[in-house]
Amino acid sequence: MREIAAQEITQAVKDLSMEAAYHLGDDVVEALEKGLEAETSPTGQDILKQLLENARIAAEGKFPMCQDTGFAVIFVELGQDVRIKGGDLNEAIHEGVRQGYKEAFLRKSVCHPFTRKNTGDNTPAIIHVKIVPGERVRLTLAGKGGGSENMSRVMMLKPSDGKEGIIEYVVQRVKESGPNPCPPTIVGVGIGGTFEKAAMLAKESLLRHQGEPNPDPELAEMERTILERINKLGIGPGGLGGRVTTLAVHVEMHPCHIASLPVAVNINCHAHRHKETVI
Amino acid sequence: MSDAIVLTPPLTDDDVKDLRAGDRVLISGTILTGRDAAHKRLVDLVNRGEELPVDVKGQIIYFVGPTPTRPGEAIGSAGPTTSYRMDAYSPILIEKGLKGMIGKGSRSREVIDAMVKHKAVYFAAVGGAAALISRRIESSEVIAYEELGPEAIRRLVVRDFPVIVVNDTEGNDLYEQGVKEYAIK
Repeated sequence: MREIAAQEITQAVKDLSMEAAYHLGDDVVEALEKGLEAETSPTGQDILKQLLENARIAAEGKFPMCQDTGFAVIFVELGQDVRIKGGDLNEAIHEGVRQGYKEAFLRKSVCHPFTRKNTGDNTPAIIHVKIVPGERVRLTLAGKGGGSENMSRVMMLKPSDGKEGIIEYVVQRVKESGPNPCPPTIVGVGIGGTFEKAAMLAKESLLRHQGEPNPDPELAEMERTILERINKLGIGPGGLGGRVTTLAVHVEMHPCHIASLPVAVNINCHAHRHKETVI
Repeated sequence: MSDAIVLTPPLTDDDVKDLRAGDRVLISGTILTGRDAAHKRLVDLVNRGEELPVDVKGQIIYFVGPTPTRPGEAIGSAGPTTSYRMDAYSPILIEKGLKGMIGKGSRSREVIDAMVKHKAVYFAAVGGAAALISRRIESSEVIAYEELGPEAIRRLVVRDFPVIVVNDTEGNDLYEQGVKEYAIK
């Protein structure tokens, strides 16, 4: 049994929330550079250049790359041989978000659903804990912006809709979202499971190294097909017309009920903020 | 962006009537900010026949909720927010003389019609280019609803603030035109 201090969790979450806001991952920067080569629209090219310049300014000056520094979504892979001492795991995470968002001058974007009163410190964070073998803790923070989250959906398709029905649903969702989720986007797709499992799969798929295909060849092909069809829609960077609407499609799948075919689409903007650390 | 049109608010009908969807514009001078909660308050005042805390006539309003300002900076990161949430309120402010809006994403039929009728335009700024945009903002001052935090109404002094005309006074829509041009059947 390994002991990890709650304070250590707080520090790690704090560091992740700051790091995620300032530094766009190399994988996303590379994808934007590739997008710039592929884009034929002059406006689209101009927007991609602005986004690359924005990422550089943000990293160098430690400025948040986007003013929507997001809802802090924390994925915890907790080794079953770990004991958290000196505090509550959930509270330790909330405290990390609280400190990180305050010290880094990140925007507090969490409010009461009815009164819209801001909680003032970007908590509570959304926490997903998975117990895994071992004695380590992996913490992943996703700073999820409101614009792209608002364009996300869960749909309970009919089993007869099949693979083509899933592909069509995802492409249509991106089409209807148009400029709202800040294209070029990364599209996470969860297929199967139950209503909430599909949503979790879609969200978790976004944690994958951007553009890395699913190891299952059938799903990898589906990712390529969906990406190709999305990029024929013409939405383009900023939604102002172009060929680069989506940088990558990530699909994850899970067995489902004999009566169901759930599919979830979780769209992420180009400010694809995912940082992880292992304690 | 040598081909960009330079605009300095306050704007008149003449300033906006020749702008066309797709034009690149650099704004220098003073603009206002406001998003969901501030819009609701302004329109509630109009509906009650009360005076607004800020005169919108000839002004450009930027839909933004910036990050908190770090000491020594003019403003935090300040990119556009999605505009459709302001659709319910914008026609009323356009009627009050608002000449321009800056945001991201498509506007409703009602907003587009109001822009044609009262001569106003809608600009897109690049969603997510918040650090870059904040470098073009020279000063920021809260002028109403300070208690709304990031949603307070601010007066910004900007220089070469880069935007693109999306909806013009003739009812054109760059989101529709641009997508049509690049869609592959």
